[in-house]
Amino acid sequence: MRRTMLYLPGNNPNMLLRGHLFEPDGLVIDLEDSVSAGEKDSARILVREVLRRGEFGACEVTARINGTDTEHWRKDVQAVVSCGASGVRVPKVESPQTVRDLDEEISGAEAQAGIPQGSVKIFCLLETAFGVWNAYDIAKASPRVTAIIPGGEDLAADLRTSRSREGTELEWVRRMLIVVARAAGVDALDTVFPHVSDDDGLRREANFVKQLGYDGKSVVHPNQIPIIHEVYAPTEREIDNARRIVEAASAAQARGLGAVSVDGRMIDAPVIRRARFTLVRAGLASDSESKG
Amino acid sequence: MMERNAVKREIPSRIDGYGYTSEKLFEGAFARRPSGCHAGPRIRAAVPGVGSKLAGGVHEAIMASGLKSGMTISFHHHLRNGDYVVNQVIQACAELGISDLTIFPTALFDVHKAIIPYIKSGVVGRIMGSVNGAIGKLVSEGGLDAPVVLRSHGGRPRAVISGDVHIDVAFIAAPTADRAGNISGQMGRSACGSIGYAFTDAQNADVVVAITDNLQSYPISPVSIPGVHVDLVAVTDSIGDPAGIVSGTTRVTRDPMRLLIAKYASRLIEASPYFMVGISFQTGAGGIPLAVTAFMKEAMKRRDIRGSFGLGGITGYFVDLMKEGLVQKLMDVQSFDLDAVHSIASDPNHIEISADWYANPWNCGAAVNMLDVVILGATEVDVDFNANVNTEADGALLHGIGGHQDTAAGAKLTIIAQPLMRGRIPCVVDRVHTVTTPGEVVDALVTEFGVTINPQRKDLADACAEFAASRDIPLVPIDELAERARRMSGPMEPIRVSDRVVAVVEWRDGTVIDVIRQLEK
Repeated sequence: MRRTMLYLPGNNPNMLLRGHLFEPDGLVIDLEDSVSAGEKDSARILVREVLRRGEFGACEVTARINGTDTEHWRKDVQAVVSCGASGVRVPKVESPQTVRDLDEEISGAEAQAGIPQGSVKIFCLLETAFGVWNAYDIAKASPRVTAIIPGGEDLAADLRTSRSREGTELEWVRRMLIVVARAAGVDALDTVFPHVSDDDGLRREANFVKQLGYDGKSVVHPNQIPIIHEVYAPTEREIDNARRIVEAASAAQARGLGAVSVDGRMIDAPVIRRARFTLVRAGLASDSESKG
Repeated sequence: MMERNAVKREIPSRIDGYGYTSEKLFEGAFARRPSGCHAGPRIRAAVPGVGSKLAGGVHEAIMASGLKSGMTISFHHHLRNGDYVVNQVIQACAELGISDLTIFPTALFDVHKAIIPYIKSGVVGRIMGSVNGAIGKLVSEGGLDAPVVLRSHGGRPRAVISGDVHIDVAFIAAPTADRAGNISGQMGRSACGSIGYAFTDAQNADVVVAITDNLQSYPISPVSIPGVHVDLVAVTDSIGDPAGIVSGTTRVTRDPMRLLIAKYASRLIEASPYFMVGISFQTGAGGIPLAVTAFMKEAMKRRDIRGSFGLGGITGYFVDLMKEGLVQKLMDVQSFDLDAVHSIASDPNHIEISADWYANPWNCGAAVNMLDVVILGATEVDVDFNANVNTEADGALLHGIGGHQDTAAGAKLTIIAQPLMRGRIPCVVDRVHTVTTPGEVVDALVTEFGVTINPQRKDLADACAEFAASRDIPLVPIDELAERARRMSGPMEPIRVSDRVVAVVEWRDGTVIDVIRQLEK
């Protein structure tokens, strides 16, 4: 599950050591925007040490590296891959070639660290119009790509507009990227909601992207986590329905039947997958069960 | 010669300026029992039609009180950091040539740093009471000849009533008074709500002086301290700065770590056997305690539980709880904000109580004894659950005891809720620098890493384990927590102190639980 992925500034030991306590689904340790140019090396050392401790609870641990147009990104990849991050979030991806370059660098780092090839995933931030336009090719450029994420401020600037509370400027991009993500078989994760004190605004935006089909949102403040989890929590009725579908599917499988029927309605495989996922979101099944 | 008390602290058998300690070493939270009778004040008689209590200003009242060098004078701290009265009285004493005074305040705040020159010049020779901020720092560095004696909110009235301390003159800041000396804290431009800390002083001092900036015609109502205890009334332009006396509306913190700690504390309370109809609690005004109250409110509504009373320092948040019917009464020894001040003045279910009623261990039953749950803070807690609220990480004396000892001893469930670290300073350590409250009365520690239960409270651990299955309370053993703090902080340089004792920390029963030694420069 990637309902919430919490950004942690790579130069803030306090947050790096405690971020997981707020129980987001994932962490994004940031070496890019929250670290000033003069602090890049020291932050990387700090992040390496924190990653080595490996105390992140049940969170998926990823790191946002510096852009591939900077001098830092290769060192970032080497540091985070060798110390156990399971994903790399790369900013401003515009072409499939960027992904291929990153894939190669990660492969090298995995080999050096003795990590099975292909285990580190890529999260692509699409922060320019060109990147959004190439989204499908980017998502398919490497089997490591596991999610695409629309940009926020940078994308709005590239579109020659600014961010509004209503999100008008990102609406079409969000709609487009969910289709791309599903077509490419990767997750769609939404950008951050920057107004950390506006709980109602966050709830509205989270409801909107959830309805579009997004798998979750990036978050910049721990207080945003429970709100998004609440939005993504299935209703009692949805849980009940999902439970009956999963039970019927299991019973049918046990009896060697291909077709499954619930309440007189034939249920096919995507609906069963969806029902399993609903139980995962409700905390009633594990992630692996939903994929099984 | 050193002696060791029940919390394994080395206490000198004789402390200069305090006396012998052998007969009063801390033996355990409930070990020492009183005997004999109450001490009392001088008997006075007012003859009808003769004299007037109106003494003029502060100078005239001091002269009329008969105050002399070497005597003990007392103050209350209801005006908190807005108080002018302590400074006015000490300055007047200096101008009148009175020196070597023992001051016996319930607490001193940063505003009182104005008396530091008078400490240095000898007008003030000794302090018995909570010292916060600049004066605490001065004491830590050896700025007073005699050690400061720290007592809890309950230990202080106990010391007065049992005769450990005799007050020669009590100066009572009075937001409203009349010519007969009736006093109220509920009205006037300097209104502070409850004046519960002043009650025992009024009842036990040889001379009681009310100092007011709001003299009203006789009789005022309501009356908190009746004029039968008051000898003199002094009128001054202002007794305090309203901005420093009460805060505005108290809001629940949005700090995610504090909210997380509060959430765990609230779950612990919900898991405990005390979360039932009639629950009583004290949570105070700090960021974490207030957030605990907010989470408890949600839980009480969800499980349809109505509490009996809220105790201690009262905020508007508690007033709202009472208005919503989630607690029936408020027992208020100190009103923290304007909403609490307005409430105590208008709602008969909001009860003003004295420090004696609130917390004295040596009476027929203080309110803390009726308490189910208390949420407290501490600067450090050690692996034996001993808590330090007096000294900072650098060993400096910066805080009073407040009601920490009393509520911890009285409540059925005492929770200390605090972050594991403050900056890079660990709050959970192998051995606290100063023991304020012994581990035997601390039931649980809650940090952002989860809930740590005192192994002596197996019942609580069992209740949590049952609850955790459905509601998720991470349980962390104390040794693991201390080890985590050590790893996060790295090695700390030990605090360097000399042998000289600058403060004595009394347990609420008057025994010595610890001493604070002078910091080496």
